[in-house]
Amino acid sequence: MSKVIAPTPVEPQDGLDKAVTIASTSSLHRGWLEAVLPPVFALLVAMVIGDLLILAFGQNPGEVYRLMIQGSWANAWGFGQVMFKATTLIFTGLAVAIGLRAGVFNIGAESQLAAGAFAAAAAGLIVPQGTPWPVMLLIGLVAAFMGGGLVGSVPGALKARFGAHEVIVTIMLNFVVLAALNWIVASKLRVPETLHTPSIKGETLPRVADVIPAFHGSAANLTLLVALLTAAACWFFLFRTRSGYELRAVGLQPAAAEAGGISAGRTWFTALLLSGALAGLGGLNFVLGYKGYYEEGLAGGAGFLGIAVALVGRNHPLGVVAAAFLFATLSQGGLAIHALVPKDVVEVLQGVVIIAVAVAVPLVSGLLRGGSKVRA
Amino acid sequence: MSIFLLQTIRIAVPYLFAASAGVISERAGIIALTLEGLVLSGAFGSALVAFYTGSAWLGALAGMALTILVALLYGHISIRYRADQVVTGIALNLVVIAATRFFLQLAFDSSSNSPRVPGFGEGGLWTNPLFWLGLLAAPALAWLLTRTVFGLRVQAVGEHPEAAAASGIAVSRVRYLAMAICGLLAGLGGAYLALDQHQFTDNMTAGRGFIALAAVIFGRWKPLPAAVACLLFAAAEALQIQLQGAQLLPTQFVQMIPYVLTIVALAGLVGRSTAPAALGKA
Repeated sequence: MSKVIAPTPVEPQDGLDKAVTIASTSSLHRGWLEAVLPPVFALLVAMVIGDLLILAFGQNPGEVYRLMIQGSWANAWGFGQVMFKATTLIFTGLAVAIGLRAGVFNIGAESQLAAGAFAAAAAGLIVPQGTPWPVMLLIGLVAAFMGGGLVGSVPGALKARFGAHEVIVTIMLNFVVLAALNWIVASKLRVPETLHTPSIKGETLPRVADVIPAFHGSAANLTLLVALLTAAACWFFLFRTRSGYELRAVGLQPAAAEAGGISAGRTWFTALLLSGALAGLGGLNFVLGYKGYYEEGLAGGAGFLGIAVALVGRNHPLGVVAAAFLFATLSQGGLAIHALVPKDVVEVLQGVVIIAVAVAVPLVSGLLRGGSKVRA
Repeated sequence: MSIFLLQTIRIAVPYLFAASAGVISERAGIIALTLEGLVLSGAFGSALVAFYTGSAWLGALAGMALTILVALLYGHISIRYRADQVVTGIALNLVVIAATRFFLQLAFDSSSNSPRVPGFGEGGLWTNPLFWLGLLAAPALAWLLTRTVFGLRVQAVGEHPEAAAASGIAVSRVRYLAMAICGLLAGLGGAYLALDQHQFTDNMTAGRGFIALAAVIFGRWKPLPAAVACLLFAAAEALQIQLQGAQLLPTQFVQMIPYVLTIVALAGLVGRSTAPAALGKA
């Protein structure tokens, strides 16, 4: 768990602060419980509601859950799809988590992911035909980082300069950026009769199936490794570097950090830029690892699920990776149960998990700290 | 020209309801990120009940009731459990979108739309009571907020809950009531949407809740300016429909207008724009 970086903080003043208070608990044991109890509670609540919905549809919950496991972890192809979905979610989860560690809430991962994917796809159009994949990966990394970072820097600059609330700006920017990308693709870059750009000229990344044939047909690819390395890099940045320390200090107590000589505005700007860039990297999974082009709607909700991943993963890179696999399993399992119940059940449950964690976080820390923060 | 005006008003009605719902919620200190889900609940509830009872009136009532319940649930999560409102608001939207699709399949065995449901007669806009209510929503809310004791209390708990509590206001009760009114208004917006189109379709709000939220912010959290913003955004859409084929401006650019204006307003480039002080800190 994280090191203690500040004296026991005063009660969080702002709703957004709660998500990051976990890092500051003085007792390691309590911190661990505080981190793990809310997701466990949330999964239990989700299971109860899931049972009710499945029963309402006249099906047997046990059978549905069995199918869900069978379609995701119990066969190589299903697990390959889980890995593929988890890859994108690791990036968007890290994006939201880095922001929350600095006390800013990035709701714009959806459009930052799309911008990163578009930038990588566009860069792939101007490289020489047949560029080998290691070079293509490097170029894609830079392009996606810049594409997502550019979109993330807008709310960052507006918050640092004008104090505009990043939540609203990133939500509104989602619509603006997605509409702008749709316009560029539709009017300038589209392959006729489709909603996607031409294929990149470089090679796409090796797939897991190239190494282990059992995964044949699944889209899991080298980007997963990039995602895991990125998570490790985020951990190192947050807990082992001076900038990461400053970022967390601002997230815990902006005023105290300012008094200690850290510029909160600049930190927020950096955090939102980094957050956008991380979400942008998520686009590589689809563009370099899977399809080889940018397609309208490719984010497909992964940006919003990133909020869930960060929340359940308690804004810790390791937790984010675990939570990404959890939500990827739910998504993939949802496809497997469609014969029995609508896959929308799973989407309802994903939302329920988020709400239950959000409810449980202040509740659990209140209970563990002895005095309940809940008031009637 | 008159077609343009008619189209503008027709598009604006759900915005007017939803933006008024957003104003009362945010003025009470509760972030209105759920407008999208609330309006969708209203649309679903009204279509469902209108179909089974054959009455548009009962449908509208049911849409309202269901949305009040959802709004109170969100209020309860924020007020009683003090959960992060941004997180729960966004999650609640996801839940409502998926749940309406789930129950659509349960009730009508279709994942895309309900069968045709009754509306308010064939007289068009002028005989639709929800249209008139929509026009009344913002002025009524302006009166409520500034001219009644309850309205002033709403403002107090949204600006400074501690001071409000110290002066004897039951902060939580005022917030619950504000959320009930928020649900009522948003539910009517959804009912108008579904009954006007004579059916519920999957995700039929299509971002209208967020446009309404944009109108709330662009209107600086005041009912009448927010209503003007709604009309402005609706006019832009109507203009787009009128100009279709003329291709003066790509569709996507017209779609951006409300959001770009809101970002500009938030950045304070058109004068100071200040949210209620205790927004999100229930």
